[in-house]
Amino acid sequence: MKQLSDTLFNAVVRSCAIGTLILVSGLCVTLVIHAMPVFRHSGLSFLFTSTWDPLRQQFGALPFLVGTVITAVLGVLISLPFSLSIAFFLGEYFPSGKLSIFFQSATDLLAGIPSVIYGFWGLFVVAPFMQKIEIRLGIMPYGVGIATASIILAIMIVPYTASIAREIIKLVPSDLKEAAYALGATRWEVVRHVVIPYAHSGILAGILLALGRAIGETMAVTMVIGNRNEFPKSIFDPANTMASVIANEFAEASDDIYLSALIAVALLLFLFTTVMNMFGRFVIKKLTVRQES
Amino acid sequence: MKRLTWMFFVMLACMLSSILGYGAESLTGAGATFPYPLYDKWFNIYHHVTGVKINYQAIGSGGGIRQLLSKVVDFGGTDAFMSDEELQKASGEIFHIPTCLGAVTVTYNIPGNPELRLTGRLIADIFMGKITKWSDPKIAGLNKGVKLPDMNIVAVHRSDGSGTTFIFSDYLSKVSPEWKEKVGRGKSLNWPTGLGAKGNAGVAGMVKQIKGSIGYVELIYAKQNNMPVALIKNKAGNFVKPSLESVSAAADVDLPADTRVSITNTDSPNGYPISSFTWIIFYKEQSYNNRSKARAEALARLLWWMVHEGQRYNEDLLYARLPSKAVEKTEAIIKSMIYKGQPLVTW
Repeated sequence: MKQLSDTLFNAVVRSCAIGTLILVSGLCVTLVIHAMPVFRHSGLSFLFTSTWDPLRQQFGALPFLVGTVITAVLGVLISLPFSLSIAFFLGEYFPSGKLSIFFQSATDLLAGIPSVIYGFWGLFVVAPFMQKIEIRLGIMPYGVGIATASIILAIMIVPYTASIAREIIKLVPSDLKEAAYALGATRWEVVRHVVIPYAHSGILAGILLALGRAIGETMAVTMVIGNRNEFPKSIFDPANTMASVIANEFAEASDDIYLSALIAVALLLFLFTTVMNMFGRFVIKKLTVRQES
Repeated sequence: MKRLTWMFFVMLACMLSSILGYGAESLTGAGATFPYPLYDKWFNIYHHVTGVKINYQAIGSGGGIRQLLSKVVDFGGTDAFMSDEELQKASGEIFHIPTCLGAVTVTYNIPGNPELRLTGRLIADIFMGKITKWSDPKIAGLNKGVKLPDMNIVAVHRSDGSGTTFIFSDYLSKVSPEWKEKVGRGKSLNWPTGLGAKGNAGVAGMVKQIKGSIGYVELIYAKQNNMPVALIKNKAGNFVKPSLESVSAAADVDLPADTRVSITNTDSPNGYPISSFTWIIFYKEQSYNNRSKARAEALARLLWWMVHEGQRYNEDLLYARLPSKAVEKTEAIIKSMIYKGQPLVTW
């Protein structure tokens, strides 16, 4: 009887793992197959030109690629000071007690807010604020654009970096820290020379997770980025991202090449996130190995 | 455990029987979101009156066309009639019938929101970025006595592919050769300037947010939200305010037999120039995929009901009625539906 349950469990676990693998590779294959027509139609200019005109069947995805990279990276950069501060505060300085738990769940709660709400908030609160800044700067006061989208993204991804980094910082063995204190280190020196070196790979993993989230975010970005399919010239310009253009145009794309172009954008997004992920794993591995040696 | 198994089987049986039970008396459709509120009401009433259940999924016109082409629905809904090219892709002849009328209004946000008068060419120039100030003499010339601010114009368009954009650009293509050449007519365009926002709600929200902006939304949306709308000069030279009457009047022109016609820039003297039909599409030969004759007849009866009894619900929901000329054409189309080569409508 026990053997049977063992085999059964083994089979279930194994098939689920293999199933996931098949699903992901199937997804990739489907995307490649359906993206082929547009590559046959416009070749590599799909990746390197910036005119997106469905009517005249000109498809250049460069503006979306650039828009995605700029908003995601900018979002992560803006969020870093806040998310890392929160992580150090809750992980090292103030790790226990009711108030700490309250703060922890408050940051985690940010991750649970639906993105459309962030979008609305961005459109009705952040955009008017940006408009005022843009009027001061003497540029076209759109209010929406790359800067607004990056700010919204930054707020959305704070909990991801913050909670992972927090947990990693908590895991730093107290004997290490105590040893440092025994040598006369100040709190800052402990954080700088013990906690950060010990936890940096985990913190980086948190940052990469946040970056992945920022790259794929659709709804909130669509609402505040201005959706202009053009190469942005400044960070206040309206732009567009890959996820946003797919969400916007997929439902009404009845023309075959057009549909294929949108699927090719999806493929690009898929490859982009995969590469980011692999790069992240590589970096984490490197750092961990160095630590152990 | 045994009880659970029993319950499972009983539930399965119930589900199966309901699926089988609906078989003959349910129809499925998919497509345009624009007429969805009206269709929803129609189908609800129709279900009460006749017992026939209709499941319409508002997935967008493009999706409606795709689903009809792959024959997974009984009918599709679309805001832009299918092109000859698209019709050729179909494995059978596809019919269009108009069900109601909608219009696209031009809305704006300038201090005081006075009632503005605009021409098609002017709108084209604004959305192409050629006119960039509200105080431009071309706008001022049409609006004597209106105080226009010295503000930059921000043109807001739909970022999602939509029938609204199709109708709007169809009109601009007719009145401005430059628009036709540089931008063209379609559901998604390569916009030369301005901002994109998702859906009518997105455009309306953006226009409300940005001082000096101008955008286009469906008539229903502008009415429900009390937004300022521009009077637009029609072909006959009259400045017409968008309303159910002026939209209905726009369709009161001679239509081709297949009803696939754009009524933007209408010849009708009282017609609002950015009006359009929305269509239901279906196959002429109804026996495809082994569909039963009962199902085919149910569809024909439904279509007949939509263009006759159904029309009286239009205005409550802010959709314009079909003019009688259009209803006549529609009757002829429904009567020419066939099932295995035989006429379907015998009543």
